Parts: sequence; structure tokens; C-alpha cells
Amino acid sequence: DISLTEVNSFSPSVPISPSSMINQYKFEDGPELRDLFITVDDPESHITAIETFITYRVVTKTTRGEFDSSEYEVRRRYQDFLWLKSKLEEAHPTLIIPPLPEKFIMRGMVERFSDEFIETRRKALHKFLNRIADHPTLTFNEDFKIFLTAQAWELSSHKKQGPGLLSRMGQTVRAVASSVRGAVKNRPEMFTEMNNYMETFSQKINILDKIAHRIYKEERDYFNEMKEYGPIHTLWSASEDDIADSLKGIASCIERCCRATERRMAGLSEHLLPILHEYVLYSEILMGVLKRRDQIQGELDSKVDALANKKELFSEEIEKLEDKVERANNALKADWDRWKQNMHWDMRSTFTNVAENNLRYYEE
Amino acid sequence: MESTEPEPSDSRPEEEEEEEEEEEEEEEEEDDGALLAPKQRLAAMEDCLAKKMEITVSEAEKRTGRNAMNIQETYTAYLIETRAVESQSEGQCAPVESLWRRYSEFELLRNYLSVTYPHIVVPPLPEKRLSADNMDPDFVERRRIGLENFLLRVASHPVLCQDKIFYAFLMQEGGWKEMVNETGFQLKADSRLKALNATFRVKNPDKRFTELKHYSDELQSVISHLLRVRARVADRLYGVYKVHGNYGRVFSEWSAIEKEMGDGLQSAGHHMDVYAASIDDILEEEEHYADQLKEYLFYAEALRAVCRKHELMQYDLEMAAQDLTSKKQQCEELATGTVRTFSLKGMTSKLFGQETPEQREAKIKVLEEQIQEGEEQLKSKNLEGRDFVKSAWADIERFKEQKNHDLKEALISYAVMQISMCKKGIQVWTNAKECFSKM
Repeated sequence: DISLTEVNSFSPSVPISPSSMINQYKFEDGPELRDLFITVDDPESHITAIETFITYRVVTKTTRGEFDSSEYEVRRRYQDFLWLKSKLEEAHPTLIIPPLPEKFIMRGMVERFSDEFIETRRKALHKFLNRIADHPTLTFNEDFKIFLTAQAWELSSHKKQGPGLLSRMGQTVRAVASSVRGAVKNRPEMFTEMNNYMETFSQKINILDKIAHRIYKEERDYFNEMKEYGPIHTLWSASEDDIADSLKGIASCIERCCRATERRMAGLSEHLLPILHEYVLYSEILMGVLKRRDQIQGELDSKVDALANKKELFSEEIEKLEDKVERANNALKADWDRWKQNMHWDMRSTFTNVAENNLRYYEE
Repeated sequence: MESTEPEPSDSRPEEEEEEEEEEEEEEEEEDDGALLAPKQRLAAMEDCLAKKMEITVSEAEKRTGRNAMNIQETYTAYLIETRAVESQSEGQCAPVESLWRRYSEFELLRNYLSVTYPHIVVPPLPEKRLSADNMDPDFVERRRIGLENFLLRVASHPVLCQDKIFYAFLMQEGGWKEMVNETGFQLKADSRLKALNATFRVKNPDKRFTELKHYSDELQSVISHLLRVRARVADRLYGVYKVHGNYGRVFSEWSAIEKEMGDGLQSAGHHMDVYAASIDDILEEEEHYADQLKEYLFYAEALRAVCRKHELMQYDLEMAAQDLTSKKQQCEELATGTVRTFSLKGMTSKLFGQETPEQREAKIKVLEEQIQEGEEQLKSKNLEGRDFVKSAWADIERFKEQKNHDLKEALISYAVMQISMCKKGIQVWTNAKECFSKM
């Protein structure tokens, strides 16, 4: 069990260069114990007759025995990530699978293939894979391994086995729908608490996300006005002699303020905004996980009710289901704790970062 | 408290005194000596009224009354208080005299001064009308400060402070308006000045005045542009700060469901609220800076007016000279009988016969008289013009020094304001950072 201070000692307190996202990671098991390093970079666009899409390079370095080699480099597209996520959900319905960046972005009207959009997506994908790698259970998932190591054709053939994506999605939808309809009796207290927490958390994180975006927008508007403000002083200094120097001085200071504002905005968009967004997605995922847990429990309960008379005959089945529920509950609980700790840490470091950035801004 | 060079630490308190809103009588009266020091420097050699008397506009009051057309109206009256500065022995203070004036009376005073001293850059009044509401307390307060500033500027001007009407404005409540009107200054007022954009073709414009006019135009345009953008920047900054206030509320609600993070979030939220609230004071201070710039925006107009008056004077001079020359020519023509220039009279007389020698003699005599008059007039106009130019330039130099000094101080105080804003920001975010790291 990692104490908070240990975790802190690996948290970066020096200014982070945007390119080294890897360093931003807190290593859950300590860097000495980490044996899987993944990076996502180098987006490339591919144009075929039917469509245009982007692939990303996924580089894996590992010391694990079960991997045949110690280094892998493959290309993956967004669809592949979607596939991986759904496989993980299928295999571990009550574990918290990290969020993927969305298919489209509504806010900001960023174009599908704009550099900004691709970069944001790339970073999110990078985070996605690393979160999985850090997860004590998910990291050993077979599909995950295949995702990281298989060549393109190998992956497509592997994908074709097992139920198709659409049918899987259908199952999930039906499952969610049925669970909503009613099977929430017998829910252990702990999960009710979790549900309540998640509802409030989800609300708050959404609002925070909106606030942060609003701040970014206001800062951008401020920056735009400031850009015009400085040059006026320079213009004025041209008609003066005595106070010309003072005016020019002010103009150059305003310019520096502008640059500082730009840096502040960059800080927001690189650190705070992506994390808040990730946790917005997380809150959705968690609600889903809780529902699935309820659904599994619901299965158990309905079977128990229906077979109240024939208990001996189907006791095995019931036992299996109970077992299932128990495992699901435990998995969720453990994961939940983990998640909260992560979230806690993330929030702390993110907001501290914002504070630091603001400090830097004002000091300038 | 005389200082030779404006330094930020010295001048800032003076600027603050001048522009701070919360002014009580005592504060003003004590610090008036210090307040006048920079202006005193400019009038060092002169014995100006400001040195001898403390002047404040200390209060504003709503009044209702009947105006000239016997219609009831609401207006604001301002209390002017004056007190003579004696060589102060311990505990001895001259009594305070006071009277009430309204804005229109200030306007009358200024018009009088502008007409009576056309070569002087007369200090400007605060704006006539801000927006719909002249009763808005902020507007009234800003106007009160502006009016006081106006009086102080006039009182510290070496020439203007000696004017009797100005003195009466400060000291004599009743009958002042009549006194002003009796001076007949309105007759002297040149209505052409009102036509701001009418051009008068001056053949030999004084280059210095032309340059000065350009400068005043440039100054006006650049300051008004600056003020506009500053207002927009202030709005945006307001937005940034206020949105952070939302953090406070959400953090506090969020902290309710968290265990370990709760305290940290809650206190961080509090700091966000502090941050959001701090912008109000900051912007209020900036308003004072804006008002300082605005004064010079209006001063630019006054400067331009002086140039204009000179232009008109020059024009009149040239017209008079032209008139004289043509009369001389006419005279010559009549005397010698030659027609050098085409004139309708010349043509008609050719067509319908010459005049009789008597008629011609009479005409010549009249013309000679007129020419003599004209020459005298021209001489005096020339003298007038030279005097005007001389005294105008003296005042313009004085104005330039004043302007440079005041603007420099204003810019410095602006920079100081920004620094203090940043310091506050540093404090808030340092606190917030601490809270966050304790989450």
C-alpha cells in the first residue's frame, strides 16, 4: 500500500514541459516496480478511397516475461481503441475502465482533423493506455496485450473473433435499461453511498469543467483586448518627447503581460482542462459501472425470488450468482478506492499547478 | 513639501490625495499644501491664489428649484469651501468660508475666462453629461472631484488666479451671475470659434501654431482611443476574476461529499471568493487613472482653442491688410485715372461717362480717411497679434511642463497600481496553492 508521501515524492513539482507527458504520471507502484511503458505519438493521416483516418504510433517497452519481446511499435486508429475498451468492459463489467476521448467534440467547434483536435486526442489516448497499464488487474488483460503488440493484420483477424461490436453494445444497453427498471433492493449500503456520491460528484465536476472553459474564454478575450492596448501607448509616444520613454515603457510592459497571459492560458489548456474533462467522462463511466453492478445483483435477486421453492435444485446456480455478485462488489470496491485516490491526487496536482501558473503569471 | 523631481514614492500620495474618493473635510484641508506642491513649482515665481488659500469642493447636494423659464427642475449643487492660509501659528486657523454653486455656474465661469484670456490654455471642466442619469452617485462624486480639480488648476495659474470674477466666484454667492454678465464678455466672444470645422484660409500661418494644432488633435485622438480600449480591457479582466468566484461555490458544495479532500477544497474555495471580490477595488482605482487622462483629453481641446483663436486673429489681420491694399489701389486709380484692375465701377464709368472731378475728389478724400483708419487699425492689430503670440507661447510652455509632469505621474501611479494588483494575486494564489496541496 503506497503512503501519500511516497506518491508525493514522485509528483513533479518542477515546471512541466508539454512534450514530456510521461513524466506527468504518478507511478502507482513506484517507478522501480513499473514494467510497462507506453507512449502514443506521431499521428499520421491515411487516405483511402472510402475514408480518411488518423493512426497513432503506439510504442511499448516492457520487461515482462509474458511479452515475447521487450519493445513493440504498432500503429492504431481510434476504432482500435474503441474495440479495446469494449473488450475490457466485457471482461470486467464492474471494474472502472478509463475513459476514451470522445468521437466528436461539440464545444468549440474544433474541426475533426485540426491539429488541436488531434493533439488533444493523442494525449487522451496516451493517458488511456497508461491508466490501463497502471491498473493491477487490467494490465494483464489478454486483449490489452494483443492491442499493444499485434501487427495490423493480426489485430483485425483477432477482432473478428468474438461477438461484433454492435451486438455487444446492444447487450450493454439492454442490461443498463433492465437494471434501471427496478432491481435496486438488497443493494448493500456501501453501493448506495457510492451512487449518491457519484451523482453529486458528477454534477460538480461538470460544473467545474464549464467554469474552467469559461475562464479560458474570458482570458482569451482579455488577451485580445490587451493586444490592442499596448500599441496605443507606442503610438502616443511618437507625438511626445518628454514622456515618450515612459509611454514606451508601459507599452513594453503591456506586451509582457500579454505573453504571460498566453502562458497562463496554455497552462490551463494543457493541465486543468484535460483532467477535468477526463473526470467528467470518468463520472459517466462510474455511473455505468454502478449500474452494471446493480444489474448483476438484480440477476441474482430475481433468480432467488423465482426459485424460492426450488432452492435445493438451483442452489448451485444461486451460489454461482452470489459468487459473481460478491466478486463484482469486491472488484468495484477496490477499484473505487483506487480511483478515488487517483482522483484526489490528480485534482490536487492539477489545481496546485493552476495556482503555480497563476503565481508565475503575477510574478511576471 | 517642495520636491524637485517627481519620484514615485513622493508623488504617489499626492496623486492619491487628488483622486481618492473618500475625502473628508479635514483630510483635504491638511494635505492641500502638499497637493499643491507640484503645481507650485510651476508657479514658483508667481504669487498665485492657490498659495494663499485652500480651496475644496467638499459636498454635493440635490436641489430642486425653478430655472430661467420658471420650470421646476432637479439639479445638484456643490459646496465650495475656502480658507485663507495664514502663516500658521500653533492652533490658529482662519475661518472657513463657503458657498454653493451648480455646474452651469462653473460653465459660465469657464466661458468667461476663455473669452477674457484667449491666449491662455484654460483648464477644462469635467464632462457635461455622462449618460442618462446626472443624479447617479458615482457620477456626482466623480464630478465633484473634477470640479475641485478645476478650481485648483485655475487658482494655481499665474494669470487666471488674479481674475476678480474668479475670486468672486469663490467668495461671493449672491449677484455673481450679474457681475459676470456686466463684464460684457459675451460680446467679445467670437461666434466663429463655435464652428469647429470651418476653415479659414490663412496665407502665412504660424508654423508653430499649426504644429501645436496637429499635436492637440493627435493627443485628443490617442487619449480617447486609449481610454476606450482601457475600458474594454477592464471589462474583460472583470470577467476573468468574477468567473473564478464560481469556483468558490462549487468547491464548497463538492467539499461536502469528500472526506480527505474536503477541508482543502473548502478553504481553497474561500480564497477563490477573495480573488473574485478583489477586482472591484482594483477597477475603482483604475477609474481615477482614467479620469486623470480624461482631464488631458479635454485640455487638448483647450489647447486647440488657443490655436484656433490665433488662426482667426491671423485671418482677420490678413483680411484687414488685404482690404487696406485694395483701398490704396482704388485711391491711386482714382487719382491717376488709370485702371489697373478690373472693377465693375470702372467699367460702368467707362460706359456711362466719367465722374465729375468734384465727385472724384470726394471719393478720394473718403478713401484717404479710410486708409488712414485702416493703417492705424492694422498697426494695432499687428501689435495685438504679437502680444498674443508672446503671451500664448509663455502659457503654452507652462502648460507643456505641467502636462508632462502630470502625465508622467499618472503613468507611474498606473504602473504602481498594476504592481499592487499582481501582489494581491500572488497572495491569493499562494494561499490557494497551500490549500490545494493540503487536499
